[in-house]
Amino acid sequence: MSRHTEIFVVGGGPAGLSAAVVAAQLGGKVLLVDDNPVLGGQLIKQTHRFFGSSARDAGIRGISIADKLFEEVQGLKKNLHVLLNTSAVGFYGEGEAGILSPERYEKVTYDRVVVGTGAVENSLAFENNDLPGIYGAGAVQTLMNVHGIRPGQKILMIGSGNIGLIVSYQLIQAGVEVVGVVEAMPTIGGYLVHASKIRRLGVPIMTGHTIVSALGETGVTGALLCRVDDKYARIPNTDVEVACDCICLAVGLSPLIDLFQQADCRMVYVPELGGLVPLHDGNMRTTNPRVYVAGDASGIEEATTAILGGRIAGARAYESVHGPSDAAKKIVDDANAELKSLRSGSTGDRIRWGRERLSQEMPHADQ
Amino acid sequence: MSLRIEEHPILTFKKGKKVQFTLDGKKMEGFEGEPIAAALHAAGVRLLRHSPHKDRPRGFFCAIGRCSSCMMEVNGEVNTMTCITPLEAGMVVTTQKGHGVIKP
Repeated sequence: MSRHTEIFVVGGGPAGLSAAVVAAQLGGKVLLVDDNPVLGGQLIKQTHRFFGSSARDAGIRGISIADKLFEEVQGLKKNLHVLLNTSAVGFYGEGEAGILSPERYEKVTYDRVVVGTGAVENSLAFENNDLPGIYGAGAVQTLMNVHGIRPGQKILMIGSGNIGLIVSYQLIQAGVEVVGVVEAMPTIGGYLVHASKIRRLGVPIMTGHTIVSALGETGVTGALLCRVDDKYARIPNTDVEVACDCICLAVGLSPLIDLFQQADCRMVYVPELGGLVPLHDGNMRTTNPRVYVAGDASGIEEATTAILGGRIAGARAYESVHGPSDAAKKIVDDANAELKSLRSGSTGDRIRWGRERLSQEMPHADQ
Repeated sequence: MSLRIEEHPILTFKKGKKVQFTLDGKKMEGFEGEPIAAALHAAGVRLLRHSPHKDRPRGFFCAIGRCSSCMMEVNGEVNTMTCITPLEAGMVVTTQKGHGVIKP
């Protein structure tokens, strides 16, 4: 079987959904695939309130943002076709992809594709890091906030970035004891407001510490920690053992990029964006003119920026099929203004540097 | 304290009906539609397979079907990602050894 679409969207998270909604609203014919049984990507497990921008979703919980996007999709059935439980398993030739559902394998041909595959969680190298009971922070959120099951009774958090801090608070809300947050850097990685929230509840944040090994035979029973010096080397005689039945790794994410490589997009390594990303311009277009990128796959940030990047990608993909449109231009201009304000200030430094690197590397920036 | 969350300040959880399945021949209970790995976790089972080369105990890691750490034999099918496979009544779940053996 084979089907054709103007704009093919891979991934139904905040980025892909936003791209699909915008392109369909403008009048494009859109096919969206997602390998999960529900749309929303990681939003469906994010119970915290977003900072966002004043114009977009500030103070709203991630789960409610997902609901809002679902509603928009419902209103667009004529132009937007959604296939759930369906993976984009490969890009072939020019404008061809293979999609796989439990029922069948199909070929999709498309004029443009927006890839919003998101990211995968990083692991961390330490002894016994594969023991049952060591979970990624996303996994902990899935288990706890989607399925209503605690990951354990006593958990140790590794990483004090915003995810580590927010998930620690969510764990406490679910009735799990957080024995501590371990951070190798000399200072807390995430926002002070998140750190204060869990500190007030008595959770120690151990900066300048790292995990040496997980303890236990067939599952986690504890962890061995140590202090590190300013070069992150272990300081002798500083080992401490903590008892816990679970260890949560919140040590960052890496963009999920296989499809871009299959589509011959030029890749660049930008540490500020989470590693290897497809080179792309301000219109979210990669070096393969058929292929656009949005969300964490374009650089690790968060859901609000993923939505805005998705809106730009959707609008520009539509224009590159149907020609210039005032409505599309307005969507892009508004999104760019919001992105500029979200990425301003010292908290946006790394992202701005990372994105600056991209625009320097892009052969014809913003064309 | 049970690992199932009964009360939550923000969320309510809609569960399917209670169903029975087996793990290595032992009777287990879970809720229809939740991932097999989640049902096992709630029942206190974290060890899902043994790694191929060093026979290391493994549980799930990512819970979204990306990392392959949770693969078990389900209804005779090896390498089933139990973190994203919904639980059904009567499923026969087996702790997987290594890569498992594909039966003809």
